Amino acid sequence: MNNCIIEMKGIKKYFYGVKALDGVDFKVRTGEVHALIGENGAGKSTLVKILTGVYQPTAGTIILNDKPVQFPSPQVSQKAGISAIHQEATMFPDLSVMENIFMGHHIRNKSNGLLSWREMKDKTQILLDKLELDIRPDTKVKNLSVAQRHMVEIAKALSLNAKVVIMDEPTSALTLREVEYLYKIIRKLKSEGKAIIFISHKFEEVFEIADYFTVLRDGKYIGEGTIADITVDKIVQMVIGRSLAQMYPKLEAEQGNIILKVENLSKIGVFKNISFDLHKGEILGFFGLVGAGRSEVMQTIFGIDTKTSGEVFIDGEKVYIANPSDAMNFGLAYLPEDRQIQGAILAMNIRENITLPIIDRTSRHIFLDRNREFEITDEYGKYIEIKASGWEQLVEDLSGGNQQKVVLAKWIATKPRILIMDEPTKGIDIATKATVHNFISELAKKGIAIILISSELPEILGMSNNVIVMHEGVITAKFTREGANSKKIIRAAIGSISK
Amino acid sequence: MKDLFRKREFNLFIFILFIIFGVSWRTPSFLYINNFVDILNDTAILSMVAIGQLMIIVTGGIDLSVGSSLALSGMSVALLNQYHPGIPIFMIILISIAIGLLLGSINGLLVSRAKIPPIITTLGTMSIYRGLVFVLCGGTWVSAHEMTEAFRVFPRRSFLGISSLIYLSILIVILFLIFLNLTRTGREIYGVGGNKIASQYVGINLKKIQYIVFTLCGGITGLAGFLWVARYAAAQSETAIGFELQTIAACVIGGVSITGGSGTIIGVVLGAFFMGIVYNALTMINVSPFWQMAIQGFIIIFAIIINTVMDKRNQQLMLRKRSFNE
Repeated sequence: MNNCIIEMKGIKKYFYGVKALDGVDFKVRTGEVHALIGENGAGKSTLVKILTGVYQPTAGTIILNDKPVQFPSPQVSQKAGISAIHQEATMFPDLSVMENIFMGHHIRNKSNGLLSWREMKDKTQILLDKLELDIRPDTKVKNLSVAQRHMVEIAKALSLNAKVVIMDEPTSALTLREVEYLYKIIRKLKSEGKAIIFISHKFEEVFEIADYFTVLRDGKYIGEGTIADITVDKIVQMVIGRSLAQMYPKLEAEQGNIILKVENLSKIGVFKNISFDLHKGEILGFFGLVGAGRSEVMQTIFGIDTKTSGEVFIDGEKVYIANPSDAMNFGLAYLPEDRQIQGAILAMNIRENITLPIIDRTSRHIFLDRNREFEITDEYGKYIEIKASGWEQLVEDLSGGNQQKVVLAKWIATKPRILIMDEPTKGIDIATKATVHNFISELAKKGIAIILISSELPEILGMSNNVIVMHEGVITAKFTREGANSKKIIRAAIGSISK
Repeated sequence: MKDLFRKREFNLFIFILFIIFGVSWRTPSFLYINNFVDILNDTAILSMVAIGQLMIIVTGGIDLSVGSSLALSGMSVALLNQYHPGIPIFMIILISIAIGLLLGSINGLLVSRAKIPPIITTLGTMSIYRGLVFVLCGGTWVSAHEMTEAFRVFPRRSFLGISSLIYLSILIVILFLIFLNLTRTGREIYGVGGNKIASQYVGINLKKIQYIVFTLCGGITGLAGFLWVARYAAAQSETAIGFELQTIAACVIGGVSITGGSGTIIGVVLGAFFMGIVYNALTMINVSPFWQMAIQGFIIIFAIIINTVMDKRNQQLMLRKRSFNE
């Protein structure tokens, strides 16, 4: 272990008493691709944020080249040679490739102190050539594909002389060919002695590209080893640590009649010929990669977007849904993916948030009725176990998990017959996650038909009665609970069903 | 009670008391009741129009045209009064409001239907409405002797020692307190400002809300137009130039979030009153008129800084409380 470039020892990080990391050890050697594995909420991102100086550890030490160091800010970490390529690339879309690469460390002309664009352009060209990237330094970033943006981020890391490059789910939005290209670049960097921290929860990728792995679960260090000496089954066991049945308490719900029928729904350039049936009490899982068009289909059904063609039937009758109000009148509810942007109104209190969609039920003519609002909030707030100092507390003062619960309560209070949930457990802690899963099962048991969009395979497998897989705007496969397994679903999601 | 101390309105109230105390220490006549009635009279119009501005800012918009709309509706009714002195005063008031509603609804249509950002829309209509004032009056004034007696004295008519101007502004305050806090549309206005996308998801009609706030602001501004020209007994092409900035300042001082979503009527009324007091106090303590404007600006910025600092402190208290709860 003499060529350890970075070593983290006994890292702990508490947020207001919640243990995000609890004594994690993590070592990375030069010239290796090190996979950091764990479920969402396992603590991978927190660990990376400590390494990049975004967070300060509550306890523990970081050793860089055998010397203990501290990263009080991202700049210090960057200077020490650590660069992160972000999931949703943090770029400036209206600036050029060159400006993005040199943002924060512009090259100045030594004699007059002005920016030296020529030198930066030349250096950018060298970096682009090295990454075999066929774009010009002055192309605007907004005109690049997702894969090209990733490469620009990598170029930026190289321009900073990074010795450790962190890639957080770099393949989540890439096509297969782009993934191959990324692998090629990763191998090239490795051969130059860079250390690469590769974060992914896709095991196929880990086995393809990584040399070494470390597993985290619930903020704890579980184990590490070389990829060559381990099997997929063993890693899965380390990652999950318990059986799927415990994580996903699927109650047996009786499935009733078809309540929602979608036929050949299309929106030009977004999705095409989407058809499916949804029964009472059914949980229908929708799986796919980012950009597969799942959310867009649901937003169209809910009347937020307009369709190009196709039909929607509710209780066997053809319906026209022009806006969300119509959709709600037909008994639909849509729990959006981004609770901060699409879900909660942060400047309002819990009561006002929960009663907003049912404002015509809670008010008398044009006047609001606070007592009724309070009753309804109390009923659903307690049911969903929102933790707050009172129903008049502002939503912006709540924790992320509780904000999500407010949004959930808001939609349950509309008493929907069809509930569409878009990534309902994205980015929330494991405890809240289990509550939400329990809750989804209970709702289904009550006869509510549920569409569950999720990018987490275990969640889809654990919760759904039936699974629909989408790829680039079309449905590529449909499975029953019995017929589904992770391999088949992944294949359909990356569009290689025919192979 | 604890909540009261956390409110921005309360901070502002304390700040106003400080100024009153400080000024009256130097100039005891500042404390005379007559002086306060004067200040109320001076800020009545500002409070009313600032309430209209508040509703627009809460939805995330802004109205730069209120000064011009005020002048246009004021000039229109002044000319009407000059050439048709027989029209009864309540008709004049209704016509003034109607003109304001029309001007506001044009803004509303441009913003909600043509989807032109509010700042651009009202920057345009600010010039258009002001230009129409010039066209209407041909560059001349309507002065006191050309107005009827009833027209001129209306804002000054008093009952129990309080002018109709103040009664009207109190009426506007109460009406809009009810509208914003107790009706569905009021709640939806705050919803749209707090989060446009989330509001759309729960079925709120964004276009309708935008149209409503601009039109209502126009209506208030129309009423203010009549009151303004009657009170100053003059309608001229420069009437209320720069007034839109005062209404925005009153909102910001009153704690209205410029990005939308939050702000209260009480805060805005206090904000307008604060501006009136500062103006009055500077005159009372004989600050040179050359300095007055600059000092006003300083005090406004100072008030806002205090407000923000207090806000931050409260937020930190809140965070600490939260971490304790969890």
